[in-house]
Amino acid sequence: MLERPKRKNPVLRTRLPTLPPAARSRIALGLTAAAALGRFELQQCRDCGDVQYPPREACQRCLSINIHWKLQSGDGELLADTMLHHSNDLFFRERLPWRLGLVKLERGPTVVAHLHGSIKQVPGKVTVRAMLDRAGQAVLVALPEKETPNMADDRQLREFTCDPKFRKVLITDGKTSLGQSLVEAFVKAGADLIWVGHAEPWKNFPGFQEIKSLQQVSLVPLDLTDSRNVREVAAEIGGKVDIVVNNAEHHRAFGIGNRAGVETARAEMDVNYFGLLRLAQELGPAMRSRGADGQSSAVAWVNLLSIYALANFPPHGTFSASKAAAHSLAQCLRAEMRPAGVRVVNVFPGPLDDEWNQLLPPPKLAPAALARAVIKALQDGIEDVYPGNVAQEWLARWRDNPKALEKELSS
Amino acid sequence: MRQDYAGVAVAVPVTVPYVRYSIRAAHWWLARSLSDLLKISSLKKADIDGLSVSSFTLAPDTAIGLTQHLGLSPRWLDHVPYGGASGIVALRRAARAVQAGDAQVVACLAGDTNHVDSFRLTLANFSQFARDAVYPYGAGGPNASFAFLTAYYMRSYGATREDFGKLCVAQRANALKFPHALFKKPLSLDEYLSARPIADPLHLFDCVMPCAGAEAFLVLSSERAESLKIPFARLLGTIERHNAFPSDPVQMRAGWALDKDELYRQAGAAPSDMSFVQTYDDYPVISLMQLEDLGFCGKGDGPGFVRRHSFTHDGTFPMNTSGGQLSVGQAGAAGGYLGLVEAIRQLTGQAPGRQVHEATLGLVSGFGMINYDRGIASGAAILGC
Repeated sequence: MLERPKRKNPVLRTRLPTLPPAARSRIALGLTAAAALGRFELQQCRDCGDVQYPPREACQRCLSINIHWKLQSGDGELLADTMLHHSNDLFFRERLPWRLGLVKLERGPTVVAHLHGSIKQVPGKVTVRAMLDRAGQAVLVALPEKETPNMADDRQLREFTCDPKFRKVLITDGKTSLGQSLVEAFVKAGADLIWVGHAEPWKNFPGFQEIKSLQQVSLVPLDLTDSRNVREVAAEIGGKVDIVVNNAEHHRAFGIGNRAGVETARAEMDVNYFGLLRLAQELGPAMRSRGADGQSSAVAWVNLLSIYALANFPPHGTFSASKAAAHSLAQCLRAEMRPAGVRVVNVFPGPLDDEWNQLLPPPKLAPAALARAVIKALQDGIEDVYPGNVAQEWLARWRDNPKALEKELSS
Repeated sequence: MRQDYAGVAVAVPVTVPYVRYSIRAAHWWLARSLSDLLKISSLKKADIDGLSVSSFTLAPDTAIGLTQHLGLSPRWLDHVPYGGASGIVALRRAARAVQAGDAQVVACLAGDTNHVDSFRLTLANFSQFARDAVYPYGAGGPNASFAFLTAYYMRSYGATREDFGKLCVAQRANALKFPHALFKKPLSLDEYLSARPIADPLHLFDCVMPCAGAEAFLVLSSERAESLKIPFARLLGTIERHNAFPSDPVQMRAGWALDKDELYRQAGAAPSDMSFVQTYDDYPVISLMQLEDLGFCGKGDGPGFVRRHSFTHDGTFPMNTSGGQLSVGQAGAAGGYLGLVEAIRQLTGQAPGRQVHEATLGLVSGFGMINYDRGIASGAAILGC
């Protein structure tokens, strides 16, 4: 079981981040694309049904090129295990010994997988999952067939997840019901310390007292539209934050025709896009330097975006545009955080059940459900999150045919 | 019925002395091996009209680049990048070229350099499958893959570390009588057993040491060899197979199991006729797999066979008589030539101090290319004098 890390000695050098080997062939990135969503998919031949691994350009059984990525149960049998005491790669060399298994999947292929420490029985049943490693690439991980006590605490598994347990979190806006749900969820997930931003410290917002009374919570005045304030906050806590959750948002309805001027759109951009940019410029460097800082290193940057970032929703047209801009910037941030192994998690919820979505029909996503989805994504090591039925449906439509979705949304 | 190898001579065993690390390129090592071939055979460069090259570290060049690098104008050229199976594959092809008259004298060269960081780079870029599905898993290289095989073999067939140790200790004894071996100190079973772990159940002396070096031999007609007055071995039979048994969940056998009957039929011999065997010994478990698949004992009887025999050059089953890669070093692709070059020495009486008594027939086996989770190339040859 994981123990609370000791206080860091500030005199000692912080270990620089290294990454596991990141090179993959393009076809193998199919595994990564699925793992980013928390899915374990392997190539299956549409003609003969053969499931194959490692990824190939053609079916190894019938040579068909008609192959697709298909969800797998991951059930398999551990054939052999080994403990590496030597590695040719810096990342693993710093983390030896390292345990691996050879697993025969029920669907056919034999796979090499990182092996969870609680698995003792060889041969024995295991469950294989695809997870993102610190380089952001998919790897296979063999887990116990059934949940074991403190399973998430496994030293190797924590290299693939961003589990909040014993970590320090910054939530940029505590004023909204979502912000408060996030605070509660992170407390429940075992976060050590939670800084909660509030843009207007002179106001007592609803729920303020409840949050303030939590022993993990420390309130910080934080206004993402104020460059100087962001810089000051980053200077104070930047070197300690392990997980950033940027939920600050400015949201108004309407598109182009029902508004005069650009003030509302500018305010949306100022928080949703420039706010992220300011925060990333000030906090990013400090987090990058702490990507391998012991058991509770800097691990994740969570952006609360919107499913409207994928395709414009005209009734909330300028808000959609600001979220699309933020999404694009978040991809840039992901690329820049990657060398440090800090994962950028983008969350694309459908409409929240809040005042700004009053006129939208249900289903609407409860803030508490969204907060739970964020925690689960961090615990499971997922990088793109589409929580709730609306987001899932939009995603399915968008993946199927983006042009069709645009037409559907404009009618 | 496949055509036999009548009239094919295999001669001039060359080892360019290995070093742990070299600042030279692979071309330097290959050049030296060719130069030694010419010196010993008294042939001139222009007499070499066929060239076969195996190397991992020759990139960006292949065999064709080496012709210009070394000023050769061969009319027959082959590049054989099959790791531990390179020697057998190069020999088979060269033999057919000589029989068909496409080339008269084929120089078969294998060599690699080893800079301080060469091995890691070779591993990281070994194959698409290795890059996608093995190297990101701890970057243990072949140690990790063979740890799985060894663990599975031990569990399935009751092999113990002492069984593997017996082979390693015997090979070290052989190596002490081979001047080019990098390991010069005797190895005891206790030292073997107490070595540091590398990838359980593999420990230090189960793993080969990467180094720089080169091996070479000539393939030519027996008439030509006789006129040059160079001692030679005859090629009696060969097999080669790639990606055998692809649906076996874990590798416990390789291509030899498919093709061994044809090998012995072609050579007109049986396993019990062999004076010695040179296995491909990147890890001791692979030697046991070869002894089983090539019919020296039944599948799973490897541990029993080890306990019944002794494996020094003067033992009941002379094997890897120059010490094998485990005690000589693994000079990249040259590791796939080591056993073949030693077999030529044994059959031509050029193995002083470790000469197998009345060596008339020898079997050489090759194995290699851990493309993903197993070695997918295998081959074997029987040579006689």
